[in-house]
Amino acid sequence: MSDCHTIRVSVNGTSHECLVESRLLLVDFLRRDLALTGTHIGCEHGVCGACTILLDGDSVRACLTFAVQTDGCRIETVEGLGESDNLSPLQQAFRDHHALQCGFCTPGMLMTCIDMMKKYPLADDQAIREALSGNLCRCTGYVHIVDAVRAARDRPEESSP
Amino acid sequence: MKPAAFDYVQSHSLEEAMVALRKYGGDAKLLAGGQSLVPLLNFRLLRPAALIDINRIPGLDRVEMIAGDALRVGALARHHTLETSPVVARHFPVLHAAMAHVAHLAIRNRGTIGGSLSHADPAAELPMLALLLDAIITAESTGGTRHLAARDFLIGALTTALAEDEIVTAVEFPALPAGAGWDFAEFALRSGDFAIAAVAAVLTLRDGVVGEARIALMGVDETAIRASAAEGLLQGQRYRPELIRAAARSACAAINPITDLRASADYRRHLVEILAERVLAGAWNRAEGQAA
Repeated sequence: MSDCHTIRVSVNGTSHECLVESRLLLVDFLRRDLALTGTHIGCEHGVCGACTILLDGDSVRACLTFAVQTDGCRIETVEGLGESDNLSPLQQAFRDHHALQCGFCTPGMLMTCIDMMKKYPLADDQAIREALSGNLCRCTGYVHIVDAVRAARDRPEESSP
Repeated sequence: MKPAAFDYVQSHSLEEAMVALRKYGGDAKLLAGGQSLVPLLNFRLLRPAALIDINRIPGLDRVEMIAGDALRVGALARHHTLETSPVVARHFPVLHAAMAHVAHLAIRNRGTIGGSLSHADPAAELPMLALLLDAIITAESTGGTRHLAARDFLIGALTTALAEDEIVTAVEFPALPAGAGWDFAEFALRSGDFAIAAVAAVLTLRDGVVGEARIALMGVDETAIRASAAEGLLQGQRYRPELIRAAARSACAAINPITDLRASADYRRHLVEILAERVLAGAWNRAEGQAA
């Protein structure tokens, strides 16, 4: 049996205690052990941004983090944002501006947006594009994603997660 | 695309980490931000017996000014901390300018200063800035502490002077000379991608004459390098556009670029010449502004 450890984590406000193998990636822990399949696996080497989640409030790549490292941490995933019939303001901005086509990149985009809106003024579209540059959309729907972020930025009171 | 099995060792102190490193005798890797290490594990290019997690060692992430207006950065400081540090922006604006080019926010949130130096990627900003700013890197092991100049620390692509059982614990950036002008320019295909080439410079002027010139280049050789011949050309000279162009050509002659999928060696040479000209002009302008 390979090296295992018990971790306690809070995911979207719910506490979990689990036995995890050391080599288990956080993204696989979320999807397989907790059945939170909203976080997507794209490239598995930190390039595409599809697996971006919030770890203690900061956006991180869940494919470059081991579950065992997150013992005692607070994790937020796309499932923590809103419900299908009650979207968060940021999700609503994505819907209003047609900011998703196939939707594969969307969970990572949303979690990235929450962190970048908190940390940067995003004064113009160039700044928004640069802040989004670590998340790939292979439908290349960037124009509408930038539109959604701009709208969410302009209504800050509504765009908290 | 999943890592091979390894033992996970959580360190709560530097001593614990150093003892664990020694115990595994070169078959362990330190896990800090993991932003370069974990891709290598996921691809199984690395299969260490153990990962020694140093993320929870207290006090290793401090960013502080120390005696002589030097900046001391703990190895566990994250790139985002340096990027947004008012102290860095005020005292080391060239470092501040370079940090915005490091990867993407999610990577900067995790990636550490010690990790970037130890990984020594030839296209990473931090090793280049350490070289430009004559930084001193502290490496510790159960056998003692060493202080290494950046130019002795960086040996080649992904290769440093660190021994198997040593941990980078801090990097110190000595104060910039008073009135120094600086500039930094990078070319990458996409914001946050690895640089195809970057150039940084620090210049000091006395009565319009160059006192000290430092030029660092990256992405264009085995490791970040200083363009020593170009620095020598500038020393003791007054501003002439031809001088800047000659120094840029000299910097370009010093490099050993490769051809890969992103750019040819010739294109990298072209970039270095153009970027060096811009950066030297920019640094000179700032130095003149300081003198005025």
